[in-house]
Amino acid sequence: MKDRFNFYRFASPATFYPLAGALIPFFVAISVLFGLAGLYLGMLVAPTDFQQGEGYRIIFIHVPASWMSMFIYLVMAFWAAIGLAFNTRLSGMMAQALAPTGALMAFISLWTGALWGKPMWGAWWVWDARLTSELILLFLYIGYMALTAAIDDARRADKAGGLLLLVGVVNVPIIYFSVKWWNTLHQGSSVNLAKSSMAQTMLWGMLLMAMCFWMYSIAVALMRVRTIMLERERNTDWVKAVLEGEGK
Amino acid sequence: MKSRHKKLALIGGALAIIGIIAALVLNALNSNIALYISPTDVAEGKAPQGKAFRIGGLVKEGSLQRQADGVTIAFVVTDTAKDMTVHYKGILPDLFKEGKGVVAQGKMAADGTFTASEVLAKHDENYMPPEAAKAVGDAQAKSAGAEKPKASY
Repeated sequence: MKDRFNFYRFASPATFYPLAGALIPFFVAISVLFGLAGLYLGMLVAPTDFQQGEGYRIIFIHVPASWMSMFIYLVMAFWAAIGLAFNTRLSGMMAQALAPTGALMAFISLWTGALWGKPMWGAWWVWDARLTSELILLFLYIGYMALTAAIDDARRADKAGGLLLLVGVVNVPIIYFSVKWWNTLHQGSSVNLAKSSMAQTMLWGMLLMAMCFWMYSIAVALMRVRTIMLERERNTDWVKAVLEGEGK
Repeated sequence: MKSRHKKLALIGGALAIIGIIAALVLNALNSNIALYISPTDVAEGKAPQGKAFRIGGLVKEGSLQRQADGVTIAFVVTDTAKDMTVHYKGILPDLFKEGKGVVAQGKMAADGTFTASEVLAKHDENYMPPEAAKAVGDAQAKSAGAEKPKASY
């Protein structure tokens, strides 16, 4: 064995399984902490909005969920590219583990958006570019899950799903920039890397909630990937050893 | 070049091609993707003839007229260059205000006005407490030579 710490060691399910197990409580804990802090700031500290009154507070769920729905897709596409190029076993499992959480985030984004749109805009839904492209994102998640579930051979399922992920990645910049490129009912971005058009406490509440959603996503994806690893590698010695260890 | 690097380059190339195709398609569909057109577009004859469409812009200050029944409404949509009178019968969303954004769906009437079947409010991306909005409004009013505050609560 080399002296240098070998990062690629964790590309092997046998070594990643215990690492993921050790990391889960950590991510759950910081997700809860960020969530409590974010909810406190968002619901109790942040001021009433000058236009929307108290109703704007759904932003503390809506925006983090929307961000995560796009970000998780990018992460899945990244794993798909790695998997297709390097033929690594773990990357397909990571993509599959992330998919349900990504779909959940897209769904929350659309659902809270509808609940918000009715009182503020006057409509649950409009076919504007932002809303429509986010709906397509939800369909891409569902399509990916359906496609990988329909193919029995796990490695082939990963390849087919990976191609779908890579083709669909073009939708993410469309969602993000839709409010800039076209006339939409949805307003433009309040926050980007350079500036924000929100009051400070509102912004911090939202960023803390985004961190909460992010850490939650990592935690559940790790839980899911552990299950997928056990299922896919059930005939290997390391899984047998793990199951025997847990059976005791 | 190793085979995995070749594959990576292939994936990168494929993504670039997909991106270009998407850009061309979206560019071609540009006018169909836009949710609404502006009064200027209507003046330039870009509005579909005899079909429903949406127009969007700001509700002109001081243009809102409400009939005695409370639901028959007329207002002017402006993009600061051109104006368009909109007639509507129904309940307006809470955020509908003079000087704020609006999107109305409907058809052109024979007299050149717009008859809306649905009126939606389009708010901006600013979130702040009412006091801050008032301060911004006052500051704008000051710099604009004691004009009416723009973002008054």
